[in-house]
Amino acid sequence: MIGNLIGVLFDGVAYGSLLFVISIGLSVTMGLMNFVNLAHGAFAMLGGYACVMLMTRAGVPFLATLPVAFLVPAVAGIVLERTLYQRLYKATHLDQVMFSIGLVFMSVATATYFFGPSQQPVRLPDFLRGQVRVLGLDVGAYRLFLIAVVIVITTVLTLLLVKTRFGAQVRASVDNAVAAAGLGIDVNRVFGVTFALGSGLAGLGGGLGIDVLGLDPTFPLKYMVYFLLVVAIGGAGTIKGGLVAAMILGICDVAGKYYVPQIGSFIIYFLMVALMIVFPAGLYGRRA
Amino acid sequence: MQYRFVSSRRRVLRNMLAVAATVALSTPALAADPLKIGLILPLTGPFASTGKQIEAACRLYMAKNGDTVAGRKVELIVKDDTGLAPETTKRIAQEMVVQDKVTVLAGFGLTPLALAAAPVATEAKVPMVVMAAATAMIPTRSPYIVRTGFTLPQVTAPIAEWALKNKIKRVVTMVTDYGPGADAEKTFVNTFKAGGGEIVESIKTPLRNPDYAPFLQRAKDAKPDALFVFVPSGEGLAVMKQFDDRGLKQAGIRLIGTGDITDDDLLESMGAPSVGVITSFHYSAAHDSPENKAYVDAFTKANNGMRPNFHSVGGYDGMHLIYEAVKKAGPNATGEQLVEAMKGQKWVSPRGPMSIDPATRQAVQNVYLREVKMVNGKPWNVEFETFKDVKDPG
Repeated sequence: MIGNLIGVLFDGVAYGSLLFVISIGLSVTMGLMNFVNLAHGAFAMLGGYACVMLMTRAGVPFLATLPVAFLVPAVAGIVLERTLYQRLYKATHLDQVMFSIGLVFMSVATATYFFGPSQQPVRLPDFLRGQVRVLGLDVGAYRLFLIAVVIVITTVLTLLLVKTRFGAQVRASVDNAVAAAGLGIDVNRVFGVTFALGSGLAGLGGGLGIDVLGLDPTFPLKYMVYFLLVVAIGGAGTIKGGLVAAMILGICDVAGKYYVPQIGSFIIYFLMVALMIVFPAGLYGRRA
Repeated sequence: MQYRFVSSRRRVLRNMLAVAATVALSTPALAADPLKIGLILPLTGPFASTGKQIEAACRLYMAKNGDTVAGRKVELIVKDDTGLAPETTKRIAQEMVVQDKVTVLAGFGLTPLALAAAPVATEAKVPMVVMAAATAMIPTRSPYIVRTGFTLPQVTAPIAEWALKNKIKRVVTMVTDYGPGADAEKTFVNTFKAGGGEIVESIKTPLRNPDYAPFLQRAKDAKPDALFVFVPSGEGLAVMKQFDDRGLKQAGIRLIGTGDITDDDLLESMGAPSVGVITSFHYSAAHDSPENKAYVDAFTKANNGMRPNFHSVGGYDGMHLIYEAVKKAGPNATGEQLVEAMKGQKWVSPRGPMSIDPATRQAVQNVYLREVKMVNGKPWNVEFETFKDVKDPG
């Protein structure tokens, strides 16, 4: 029984880690620019396809494709931010939602056109397959790897935001964009770079997630709710909030499906309602 | 003045149109008119592979057998219903009947979609050939429905019998929570229990479910001899991957199921982990017959190496049935006459001999037990036992 519990916790943390990597960009851009970007999952999908195409068409090993899974959506993110998103920062939320959901449908159709409608296979290196024994417990090697990656990413992100000049600019812009601009911070540039970073992380998550979440053209729609849940529960604009929310969601989703499979996939929605009643601004949100 | 002139001209036009419409409606279809077949399939979305397979098979049938039958040119109208929205399927079916004036409706990827279109077929008296959707009760919803695919109860019972004979005593079932899943679970549980087997647990997974891992972990911890799985075509890959990753095989749990899990379309992507999986089904691309060999060769060649799966033969045989019915009932037959002509048809399909049960309008066909084996470096569903002329037990 205890063994089960630890196994479920482990799987939940791994699942949460993945949600965190994909959603953190959305959380930061939402907090920073107050922009409701429903198309965030499309960047994750782009990363996933970059990963799969390199593997299947060019024979690049899985781990070597991950930097590309980061770079391609990051570049796409900065291009779209400069050309399209920027125009809508001051628009109403309804406009932003219409625009970004439109992008989602376009991305779904584009992916179907180029890559076909079916699930994409991913070939993991042997040492990431199957199960390994850690402290007398069988755990999925790949899920262990996921957790490790997230620990690294969280550390780097936190250092980036807390220790660097760029981080200080981001924090200043999140707190008060007008005042930050008045102090000589190029808020536009900060927005652009942050958007690219967020899109890149989503892409990395998309690549890492193929084995767990799968990858097909409906990816951005299928998981949109999960990404939005992370931001809604965690509170926009915080790394800590996103991390805690992703872990809660991951663990509750897995535990729900394991212990009460009859209503398993419903549990996270119930949880969301409960948490939103208690914390209307998210666990760590500042805006009410 | 000008205004009144325009409005009276409009009225004349409207009257002329009305007359034209009455004439068009009252004239019986002329032999020279094309025979339109309205094919409604999921061509995008999670079940798009089903639609692609069926469309490819229908086009292949027309390429092989010509696009005229009994003197009428056959025209295929293909529309995408995205697989998840029954109301869309219904709307497309209505459009096809009213605007395109199709002679036959065909396709239908999933049960809810077929059920949504059934009233349209009944009202318009248009035959509706269900090529994929596999819940048993579908033909009871309209006297115009004829099935060329299969039903879940039809293909599930043999694997339960195999399990009983092969020292499998305790089984966990895992099915997708919708019509065909319920059918598969019910048939398996009933057959297996009647033979003295024990069902440890029955798990249902949601239709739109990303992650099978927790369900499979639960199945593993129940320590059964085998896990019986039904998932819709296209989902098998995810299940197989998690089954392998979770080490269920190493824990001594066998994977058994209906052939959806080892879908020929995806079997190559599944690779080595699929070897040894036992399933029962009505079609394997590895079926050993000259008809099937010719079919697989032609299909693969015409579709960029894609392997035909069980849905494709549903489409191929559906086209065959429509062609034969038109030949038998004549080029100007009504919908009722076409359905009558479809009842009792008998032919040799790539899947083996099959016929349409005149009483239930279900497909009667052989069901085969198959094991996934590597043949020339690729996994195939190799058949090893045949249950002849299986009817839908319902």
